[in-house]
Formats: sequence, structure tokens, C-alpha cells
Amino acid sequence: MNFLELLPIALLGGVLGLDVVSFPQAMISRPLVAATAAGALIGQAASGLLVGAALELIALETLPFGASRYPEWGSAAVVGGAIFAENPSHPAGAMEMAVLCALATTWVGGWTMVKLRQRNAVWAAQHRSGLDAGARGTIISLQLRGMTADFVRGAILTAIAYALLAPVSRAALGAWTVDARVSRCVVVATAASVAGGAAWKIFHSTAGARWFFFSGLVAGLFLLLVK
Amino acid sequence: MSAQPAPATTPVSRTAALPLRTRLAILFRLLAIQGSWNYEILLGNGIGFCMEPALRLLPGGLHTPAFHEALARESRYFNAHPYLASVAVGALARAELDGEPADRIERFRTALCGPLGSVGDRLVWAGWLPFCSLASLALFGLGMGTGWVVGFFLVAYNIGHLGLRIWGLNTGWRHGLKVATALGNPVLRRGPQQIGRVAALATGVAIPLALGRIIGPGRNLIGIVLICIALGSLLIVRVQGKIEGWRLSLLVLAAFALFSVIR
Repeated sequence: MNFLELLPIALLGGVLGLDVVSFPQAMISRPLVAATAAGALIGQAASGLLVGAALELIALETLPFGASRYPEWGSAAVVGGAIFAENPSHPAGAMEMAVLCALATTWVGGWTMVKLRQRNAVWAAQHRSGLDAGARGTIISLQLRGMTADFVRGAILTAIAYALLAPVSRAALGAWTVDARVSRCVVVATAASVAGGAAWKIFHSTAGARWFFFSGLVAGLFLLLVK
Repeated sequence: MSAQPAPATTPVSRTAALPLRTRLAILFRLLAIQGSWNYEILLGNGIGFCMEPALRLLPGGLHTPAFHEALARESRYFNAHPYLASVAVGALARAELDGEPADRIERFRTALCGPLGSVGDRLVWAGWLPFCSLASLALFGLGMGTGWVVGFFLVAYNIGHLGLRIWGLNTGWRHGLKVATALGNPVLRRGPQQIGRVAALATGVAIPLALGRIIGPGRNLIGIVLICIALGSLLIVRVQGKIEGWRLSLLVLAAFALFSVIR
């Protein structure tokens, strides 16, 4: 894998990593969108959407509440989407490895976000006199510096994760022994379990929400059976 | 040579609307309000960054002590939901341009943090975002194409997102220091409950449909998968607070991948 192959993936990871918190928080960084965009970059948008849907189920659990620490899904979904889209025939284990690589990246991504926030605090402390004086240049430059650093963080994270994990995924697929359908069922069962737990966490305090959930579940199962 | 006051430095009267150019500049900057978010002053620098175009309208403009004092005041510690911070930006801009006393502005600023954080979290992060996400997953499960699924999510979510930011700025500017009354808006008070119910419905519809499409043709394993999901969800609810679900799924998938490769 050379630099020119890596560059578009890294840039996409940078843009989508930036969207998570810094700019513009339009949720283009949600796995459903980010993995699809990565798949489209490889020429396999539909594959990206498929793995994006699995990742979205897991991401429902980690919503960006306040100052809490949460995994960074933008760059991670680009890595997962690109790895899955590399295998358009979806061989056994392809989705498993793509989701696994995305989860590993999202873990590291969350850590890099904490480090960036600490770095932003150091920069703000270094410019304390300018902030206290209401210096326009200081305030604007701190904001632009933070966003630039976030973009660079996302791009570097994506490049490193993709460069390291794509070969690991290829090697694992070469040695994969479990049936394709069973492998995919394991991914889906895991992702949907997280989504189910997340839904309970989010909605259990809302009056009547459980009845809405069960009504929806009946409708969903019915639609699944008749499709 | 006598200095001519620039048009941008003309003070805005109590009843005037914020000039369109200034309003657009603030709205664009609001999208980057968390650009330098940090653990010391949180959104503080972002609030100053967003208000700067409005503060240029203070008498005398950019190079006056009043401008620098106001910018310094507005760039201190602040915490709120990033979308609803637009309410604070509008209200504080109004207060600064109306020449309210500094200590009153600072007290008001402190009082705004809590409500704008909790209302925004419940309305957006625990309501609108999961709803849009789950509704898109339901469309995906129903077999919609890539463009429809992604397009629906982005359009639906951002109608709420951008609408909230624009409403917040306008409301804050219109009410100034009396903006607390506007926070009693029915959408903010009852919206989280209503959206929560619809999102719970969408969860029920989306999960079986999405898993059906991801598994693909030949669904003879689907009954077992559904039982596993019910048990898995219960486990995740039980271990809540000890380990997060995404970390647990990382462990499960890593163990399964190892088993698949080395057996």
C-alpha cells in the first residue's frame, strides 16, 4: 500500500474525524454515513452501507453527552468501511474483521480525542494573557488551531489504522474457517445486543417508551417475516 | 486626518435586528463552536469566537476597550450543549450591545450553562440523533438503496440540527437577558419525551429489519440470532456501569476471530 493509495482514505478520515466534535457536527461522522463514504471511495458504496449499519447499531450506545469520554466513530468507520469494501464478494469473516478493525480504531480514536482536548487546554493556558485581554487574534487562532489539529489527528489515525489493520484483515480472511453466514450472524447478534442495551439505557426513563418499543418490535418482526 | 466611523461600528439599538451579514457570520461560526473544546474552559473560547462578529457592532468597533473587555468576558469558562449554545450566543450578544452591566452579564452567563446543557442533551443526543439513526436503519432494513438511507439520515438530522441553531440564535437575540422564558418552549419541555417514544418505536422496528438485511438471504438462523440478541441485550443492561457494550463487543468479536483463524 503506497502513500497515494492511503491519502484519500486519510483525508476522508480527517474530515469525518473533525465532524465528531469540532466542525460542523452534522453527523456525517456517524458510521452509517462514514462507512458508506469510505466504501464509495473504494467503489463499493453498498458494502460500506452494510458494515456501516452494523457499526451504527453499536454506536447507538455511545452518544456524545457533555464532557464525557466516548469513542470516535468518524475515522473508525472510514477504516471499517474501507476494509470491508476491499472484499466486494463478502467472504467469510470479512464483516467480522471490518467491524473488529473499526472497534479497535474507535478505541484509539477516543484516546486521541482526550489527548487533543488536553493539548487545547495547554494552548489556551499558554495564551492566557491574550484571552484575558480579549485579543481577537488569540481567540480566533486558538479556534483554528484546535480544528486543524483535530483534522490532522483524524487523518493520521485513519492512515495508520488502515495501513496496519488492512493487511491483518487480509491475513485473517485467508485463514478463516467458520462459515460465512455463521460469522455474519455473530456480528449482527453482537451489534444488535449493544443496540438493544443502548435503547434501554436511553429510553427506559421515558413514560410509555417500553410499549412503543414492543409495538415497534412486533411490527418489525412482522415486516421481516413477510419481506 | 479625521477618522470616519465605519458602518460596522454603528451601535445596534435595543429594537434593531442583528444585521444579516453579522447573523450569517455568527451562524457559520456556531458550526465550529467546539473547535478548541478543552477540559479547562470547555466551550468558553468558542463562545467568544462566535460572538466576535456581533461585538464588532459595539460603539467604536474593534479597537476599543469595550470590545476587548466584552470579548475577554465572553471567552471564559462556559458549558452547554453545542447546538443550544446558540441561545446563549444570541442572548449574550444582545446583552453586550445593549450595554448591560458586566456583573449582570456574568451572572446571567453562569446561570445559562446548566439548562442549555441538560435540555440539549435530552432533546438531541438522547432523542433526535437516535431517532434519525434508527429510522434510517429501518429504511435500510426495508431494502432502500444507499442514497436513500444516507440521504434520509443526513437531511432529517440536519433539519433538526440547523433549525435548532437558527432558532436558538434568533430567540437569544430577541429575548436577551430574559431568554429563560423562551426555554419554556413546548418543543424543549415536552419534545424529549415525545421524541423518546417515537425513537423507542423506531428501535423496535429497526433492529429486526436491519439484522435481516445484514444477514442476507437464507435466514434459517434468524430465530437463534433473535434469542441471542435478547440475552445479549439483557447482559449489557446488567453489566451497565461496569463495562460498556462496545468494549464488550470488541472482546467478543476478537475472541471469535481468533477462534475462527486458529482452530
